[in-house]
Amino acid sequence: MKSKKHNYGSAICSAFEYLLEEYPEVFVIGQGLWSPWYVGNSMTDLDKKFGKQRIIDTPVSESASTGAAVGASLAGMRPIVVHPRMDFMIYAMDSIVNQAAKWSSMFGGQANPSVTIRSIINRGGEQGAQHSQALHSWFAHVPGLRVVMPSSVADARDLMIASVLCDDPVIYIDDRWLYDQEEDLPPVIEISLEEQGPRCIIQGSDVTIVGSGFATYLSEKAAAILSNDGIKVEVIDLRILNPFDSSIIIESVKKTGHLLVVDSGTLSAGFSAEVIASTCEAINPNALIKPPKRLTLPDAPAPTSHVLEREYYVKVSDVVEAVKSLLV
Amino acid sequence: MRNFSKNELGGLEIPTKFNHPLDINNKDPEVLKSFLSRMILIRGVEEHIALSRKNGLIRGPVHLGAGQEAIAVGVSKNLRSSDRVFGAHRSHAHLLALNPNFYKLFSEVLGKKTGFSKGMGGSMHLWDKPSGFYGSVPIVSGTVPIAVGAAIAAKFQKNNDVALVYIGDGAMEEGVVHESLNLARIQDAPVIFVVENNLFASHMHISLRQPSNLTSRFAIANHIPHKVVDGNNVIEVSKAAEELINNSRTGDGPGFLELVTYRLYGHVDWRDDVDVGVKRSLEDIDNWKARDPILRLSIAMIDAGIWSTHQEENIKNELNNNIKIAWEKAMNDPYPDKTSILSSVYSNNSVGIN
Repeated sequence: MKSKKHNYGSAICSAFEYLLEEYPEVFVIGQGLWSPWYVGNSMTDLDKKFGKQRIIDTPVSESASTGAAVGASLAGMRPIVVHPRMDFMIYAMDSIVNQAAKWSSMFGGQANPSVTIRSIINRGGEQGAQHSQALHSWFAHVPGLRVVMPSSVADARDLMIASVLCDDPVIYIDDRWLYDQEEDLPPVIEISLEEQGPRCIIQGSDVTIVGSGFATYLSEKAAAILSNDGIKVEVIDLRILNPFDSSIIIESVKKTGHLLVVDSGTLSAGFSAEVIASTCEAINPNALIKPPKRLTLPDAPAPTSHVLEREYYVKVSDVVEAVKSLLV
Repeated sequence: MRNFSKNELGGLEIPTKFNHPLDINNKDPEVLKSFLSRMILIRGVEEHIALSRKNGLIRGPVHLGAGQEAIAVGVSKNLRSSDRVFGAHRSHAHLLALNPNFYKLFSEVLGKKTGFSKGMGGSMHLWDKPSGFYGSVPIVSGTVPIAVGAAIAAKFQKNNDVALVYIGDGAMEEGVVHESLNLARIQDAPVIFVVENNLFASHMHISLRQPSNLTSRFAIANHIPHKVVDGNNVIEVSKAAEELINNSRTGDGPGFLELVTYRLYGHVDWRDDVDVGVKRSLEDIDNWKARDPILRLSIAMIDAGIWSTHQEENIKNELNNNIKIAWEKAMNDPYPDKTSILSSVYSNNSVGIN
């Protein structure tokens, strides 16, 4: 089998196709699924290929739809819920946090809500405070959930498949600002989500940058620019935020002595703090040449006007400057 | 405060009505005996739990459903182990009606590893999927959309199984219930919503919470077939459940069963709650005791000559003896290992769909 060119969105779509073809237990439920412009090119024509029974476009009921997927998974199905915007998924918090995340523990490991909940970070374009949030840190705080944030085209496909094949509830978070990336993908090889974790995607010796999702993309771009100045940046893509394994970050920081965490969420009590805390707990303070640094959104809801948006969101140049400030 | 509340239950909510012995004409005596003995079992088990909570042997909260046994027993008559049943915080009866193994319930409320949920759940989180009991949880209405999903799964699986969820009148005030009724209807999901309308949510009477005491009005609004019956009449409950469940099994989609009842204990633990219960009085409790589902069936059976006080004494004595043995055994059982805090957060299966 040859490799095939994909962008991030079509890679997600190919994961859906693979799962729906290979596994009769898989179905998809959510809003906008019969109108694929809702979800970029990531769901195109799935309803036509697999039928409206398996690709269920729902009433405007995030809470019931998500809870129903949890229930279907308890009864042997493998549902994928799609929330075209993470902000609306907040309506479904009981089904995610009280139910899906806790049934295994509450019932002594006898119940496994094997549901995948895909939620999309979809921001910019003056969409404002309720159409822009990246809430991965919330879900990373909930034991029992697995939180997956693919940043590469390959991960967009392969981690989706791994999420659905995993017996636990998974929050799979993709980002519309990543959809144009392109990559040649080999045929699918199923991987185990339990065995996945943070991965070093660029090796370097001067500064460790840790990111997830779109923050990883920014970090990669910054690394390329910095290499022109002779600065060797090591970029670690978190990929899996919960359960969190910080070991490769710790080893990297021991080597570089510098840690920058880039995160597409807001600052306080966010995942960037978890990365820094878990690293600092595990290394000798002398191993750090400079205090660690965070680059995140400010502690404010997303503004609406494009002028303020430019100020609000982290840019590649911000990452470049932050790295340089660590090396001064 | 203006009172908007309308009585639309046809008098089912009036404590002094519907207290006659049941009409058991043409009913199979064996079925009646199984109804009666299972209700007596559930009552005996809950009374023992109430006492053990009062004397401190049970450390966690217990929500007792004594007085409401006819609902679980009458409904469960029409279920099979491949169906998908969900409960809530007051679900001892829902489980025991499917699986009368009260030793495992005792172990669970004591937090012992031999319990239904391996000692990780206690009274409010019960699981026994082999009997069809998929789970009960104490977030009010939390299992309602989950049951709809289990019903959607049954549709995919084409096995004519149904899902069934027990909720109270209080749950009808949660938004997700209305989303779930709508979704169930639009998906034609084989799910039965069973409302145990005991007129109270915690301490609050339904007239202080809803403009009507008829919760079936929401079934009507969603074009879901419904029935409203005396929840303390096990024969009526079973008959109404049979029709709704069978229709659902054969492709008619959801059903809604409203059963008017009353709990003899307060909201939680062994007390009457007449002091904190708004509109809950000792007089009402006494009147509802005369409407007891066990008493009304027992008297009817004795009058018909198919049962005797002697037989009832015998099964109660035997039950009490078995309760004592099961309780002692559960008391001596081990607690879960300390490692179980972490070991069951995620599934233990390594990869994939089996």
